[in-house]
Amino acid sequence: MGIVASVLKKFHGGVHPEEFKDLSEKCAIEPMPMPERLYVPLHQHIGSPCEPSINVGDMVFKGQTIGRPQGFVSAPVHAPTSGKVVEIRQHPVAHPSGLTMMVAVIEPDGKDTWHKDISGLEDPFKHEPAEIRERVRCGGIVGMGGATFPSFIKMSPPKDKVVELLIINGVECEPYLTCDARVMEEQTTEVIDGIKIMLHGLQTENCVIGIENNKPRAIEIMKAAVKDIPEIDIIALPVRYPQGGEKQLIEVVTGRQVPSGGLPIDVGVIVHNVATAVAIRDAVRFGHPLLARPVTVTGLGISRPANVQALFGTPVQEMIKHCGGLKNGTRKVLMGGPMMGVAIGTLDVPVVKGTSGILCMTSNETTDKPEQACIRCGRCLQACPVSLMPTEMAWLSRHEELDKLQEYNLFDCIECGSCSYVCPSNIPLVHYFRFGKMAIQTADKEKKRGEIAKQRAKAKDAREEKVKAEREARKAAMKAKMAAKRKAAAAAKGEKPATEKESAPAAGGNDKAAKAARAAKAAKAARAAKAAKAAKAGGGTKDAAGDGDDKAAKAARAAKAAKAAKAAKAARAAKAAKAARADGGTKDAAGDGDDKAAKAARAAKAAKAAKAARAAKAAKAAKAAKEAKADGDSQ
Amino acid sequence: MSHANLLTSSSPHVHDGASVDRVMQSVIWALMPASALSVMVFGLPALLVILITVASCMVTEQLFMLIRKRKTTLGDNSAALTGLLLALTLPPHSPWWVCVVGGVFAIGVGKQIYGGLGYNMFNPALISRVFLLISFPAELTTWPVPMPLFSDGAFSMSQAFAIIFSGEYPVNQALDAITMATPLGQYKMEVSMGKTVTDALGGDYGFSYINSMGGNLVGSIGETSAILLAAGGLWMIRKGIITWHIPGSMLLGTLVPALIFWAFDSSVYPDPLFHLVTGGLIIGAFFMATDMVTSPVTIKGQLIFGASCGLLTYIIRTWGGYPEGVSFAIVIMNTAVPLIDQYTRPTIYGQRPERT
Ligand code: SF4
Ligand code: SF4
Repeated sequence: MGIVASVLKKFHGGVHPEEFKDLSEKCAIEPMPMPERLYVPLHQHIGSPCEPSINVGDMVFKGQTIGRPQGFVSAPVHAPTSGKVVEIRQHPVAHPSGLTMMVAVIEPDGKDTWHKDISGLEDPFKHEPAEIRERVRCGGIVGMGGATFPSFIKMSPPKDKVVELLIINGVECEPYLTCDARVMEEQTTEVIDGIKIMLHGLQTENCVIGIENNKPRAIEIMKAAVKDIPEIDIIALPVRYPQGGEKQLIEVVTGRQVPSGGLPIDVGVIVHNVATAVAIRDAVRFGHPLLARPVTVTGLGISRPANVQALFGTPVQEMIKHCGGLKNGTRKVLMGGPMMGVAIGTLDVPVVKGTSGILCMTSNETTDKPEQACIRCGRCLQACPVSLMPTEMAWLSRHEELDKLQEYNLFDCIECGSCSYVCPSNIPLVHYFRFGKMAIQTADKEKKRGEIAKQRAKAKDAREEKVKAEREARKAAMKAKMAAKRKAAAAAKGEKPATEKESAPAAGGNDKAAKAARAAKAAKAARAAKAAKAAKAGGGTKDAAGDGDDKAAKAARAAKAAKAAKAAKAARAAKAAKAARADGGTKDAAGDGDDKAAKAARAAKAAKAAKAARAAKAAKAAKAAKEAKADGDSQ
Repeated sequence: MSHANLLTSSSPHVHDGASVDRVMQSVIWALMPASALSVMVFGLPALLVILITVASCMVTEQLFMLIRKRKTTLGDNSAALTGLLLALTLPPHSPWWVCVVGGVFAIGVGKQIYGGLGYNMFNPALISRVFLLISFPAELTTWPVPMPLFSDGAFSMSQAFAIIFSGEYPVNQALDAITMATPLGQYKMEVSMGKTVTDALGGDYGFSYINSMGGNLVGSIGETSAILLAAGGLWMIRKGIITWHIPGSMLLGTLVPALIFWAFDSSVYPDPLFHLVTGGLIIGAFFMATDMVTSPVTIKGQLIFGASCGLLTYIIRTWGGYPEGVSFAIVIMNTAVPLIDQYTRPTIYGQRPERT
């Protein structure tokens, strides 16, 4: 396997906390009695939450979809058993900031009846990879190592990427946790079958299973099991946290680093957890969606450490009760391991797809020392698997230097906690980083919101501007009409207009009047004229024309595009009207003039529609206005 | 069911147990063998100097906490460490007021006005020593010859008090009769007057490597035993209190130029070993330059910082106005630390240029 480095590489930093695996590593995964009620969250994965597809009072069957995925990065949620939906409501969940979430409260009917539509693929290898992926998607399967990323997405690499290697993560680097080790020991064939199905789904032939050396039995059993399977190799790894981090594991196995901001597939690798492999097998072979998972219940605070197969929605309280209850002196209950787990304030919190452990810690195991000033010892830098500078990042977070924080690559932090673990000043570094990330996200959102608001305000301004301009244009047009009427009357009286071209016989007087009326119409069409004076210029007074010129020039100066367009329009229309009048001697010419005016009007409209009239246009407008003035002068 | 008594602090929920007070304590322990030997070599006056300086630092620290209405910080051991380090840079018979002024300056000006531990720019002990050297050059350059405990001429406790508190010496031991130049001072003075290195240090002066390494060396309290200091430093490296980067690069920073110039002209430039075992190079490299607050946090930065300290030390020793350059070198480089850190940020995961 070319991609697997011949010598194991090391990732930078890392720590080795006391393991405490012996508490539960010999405990076989045991079933649990059905809880009285299940509190199934509709959001158990990274990505968008599900929409409930059931109503309060509905009977549901085991495996029935109760939460429909929304968006691409999402995974459906199923009823873990048959029973009645008695409530859909907000309920506390495991979250660093103590959030609540929508849960469907299901009262099991005790029959555990499968939904009728459940069916699997007898021979998955005869089916297209797309079919495998679809089954994985419908099964609601997510990464069970804790990241809870929907698995089908990892099963669908983009067309231009080649999957060179599938890495199965059996590292379980979090101290205390033993459920993955137990899965490898007890469900060996299932794991391997799942891997084969994944290999088929990914259309690749290389797989390594990474297991840390502190699980010698798992290593031994898995090695024996893959002896005759050339595609699958077992790699025993020295114990180091956070080796089970996807990117760290990839570096250790292949020597490659996933580019910052990229995905494992960018270096030709896909990583799945061992428990996920089993879940994928169940979904593909039997059509069983993800309904339960092995959970390590452990810590010095629990009476009987165990590995328990727990249905999603089982309250932590029930799990603890099943394991003999909490001992006196328990200070903290965590969901997950001691390095990345979330401390829960209430035992009502339900087990979800990402729950690998329930850790009950006494004050002997967990410290809670006061924070001191950073002494710049640099230990955090040496421990960070991402080679970040936690001390600087913490300082920047505290002072909300958000831009600088990003410069220091805050978002590359995987929140593994190695830095806090070694910090002699007990600085809750990870806490600061979460805070910093949140602050940046909020600021980004606000910025976006601000931009939208600004755009809206701008659009509103433009609208108002337009309305105002139109009003003025109407006024101007009215004036122009009046002026034209006056002229028409004059023409009808046979007065000679001051145009040299005017040589029509008196008999043409009527025609002339008609033409003048038409010209007036054109002027009206030129309703643009917020530069009302331009229209006045059309009316034939020198001053007005000059005024119009001024206005146009002013408009030109004004950067406001709409105004400029308006001015241009007005000027052009006025000019057209003038032309019509000037050429008034012949019918054709008059018609031409009319056309021109119409054209000008149209052009003006177009310009208005474009709304984008630039300063150049304003200049043109000025020129046009000048011409209009010249025309006016000549009259 | 709600459990109000469950803690909900942020992850991680376990800790490796390291703490500031333990780090500082370890450094103090690492200095203990060398300090004990110094007291052995220089007698009770040196012990008084150490005690007064440490006490002065701790009292100053406590006063500042009272003024600032904070909880006491004596528990973090850093004031005591600063006091010990400062004492080790002083001459063995430093008058009491030098010790007190030095302690007050180190903690007050060197640390607290910056906001306390973690915020200071200079190594408090060294900035105080530099201050003392400039303010009281005579007191800071009076080097009595070793007078070991239990030896014939050893000072009694009352004599030691008299020396430190009133500058009075026993009748048969007039101060000028029992002082000597440090090897570095001797070298600087004599060689600048045209002597060769061998002539300057040999003859009457009688410099010997064996004596120096064993602690029988004229100089400040902490310059006595290169071997014990190095042993303490190596122990700290093994315990993970410090890393090798600063001491290693600092020693090389002095020794490499020393080797080059010595090879070039050994009559003017003493050999690298001389630079290594005399003066404060070892205590500087292992205990002063490695002060966490005032040294870079990046590995690359630490190498640059250490090498620069070493090089500057050599330059000052060889061509500067003072015979010893360790304190100046480190204090100068302290000012460059923020810059060094900024320009030596490590390449993060996933940003290394990928070979294909
Ligand atoms: S939590 Fe973040 S900064 Fe701290 S060690 Fe892990 S990756 Fe580095
Ligand atoms: S480990 Fe803690 S004290 Fe040391 S540099 Fe990092 S943040 Fe500062």
